[in-house]
Amino acid sequence: MKNLDSVFAAYIVGWAVFFGFFLSIVRRTSALAAEVDRLKNSIRPKG
Amino acid sequence: MTKRILLGVAATALVIVAAYADFYVAPTERTMGLIQRIFYFHAATAWAGEMVFFVCFVANLMYVWKREQKYDWLGVTCAEVGVACITIVLITGPIWAKPVWGIYWTWDARLTSTFVLWLLYISYLLLRTLIEEPSRRALLSALFGIFAFLDVPLVFFSIRWWRTQHPAPVIMGGQGSGLDPTMKKVFYFNVLAMHIFCAFLIVERYILEKLRHDVDLLQREAEVQ
Repeated sequence: MKNLDSVFAAYIVGWAVFFGFFLSIVRRTSALAAEVDRLKNSIRPKG
Repeated sequence: MTKRILLGVAATALVIVAAYADFYVAPTERTMGLIQRIFYFHAATAWAGEMVFFVCFVANLMYVWKREQKYDWLGVTCAEVGVACITIVLITGPIWAKPVWGIYWTWDARLTSTFVLWLLYISYLLLRTLIEEPSRRALLSALFGIFAFLDVPLVFFSIRWWRTQHPAPVIMGGQGSGLDPTMKKVFYFNVLAMHIFCAFLIVERYILEKLRHDVDLLQREAEVQ
């Protein structure tokens, strides 16, 4: 079982990078979607 | 939306099965032992990253030719996904190298050209933040992206042209190279899984870029009012 910790470290760090990147996409997308809604409401106010 | 969810579920399932195969299906390599299992994740991510940069290159060429925004969005999307892949390659490589070579890093042809590739696409992304005017930003970054891609063939051929620290290729390496049949199947499955996972990231990141464009348009409309 020599180097098993290094193998796990590589997989965990690697997937953490992918997960962090995906999370940043989700956060930026939801922030922009909220901004689109806000701008649409400010351009075409209800009533 | 349903297609996006399906692609995400399929990509996640594939990478989980690929990771299982890396640990439980692939045989343990005779000389390196367990540490060699990093190969399946490391090399598959590198292949996927280079393919993503190729798509970025095609998108950059198409933008220069057609001047359509969708190619600019695809270019920046692929540059970001490719940078994520090469970041992983640059992290997992040294983790694998330390027990095998005794060092984390050396400035050999493959490692250096890969690091330069990462720097080039980081520069591509930084360049975009420095230019305000959208069409000028798209054109200059497309031209820079075409130049940056020139390093991808150099990365690929570096271990074929120069014999330095990085091992010679075991796939498409010519006579004397090759992998155990089970290892080969596991590796190609990892390559497939990683390509589909990157396709999922590209779709999600492209939608973000399109939304950014929508915000710009709405902001201009709001300013006019």
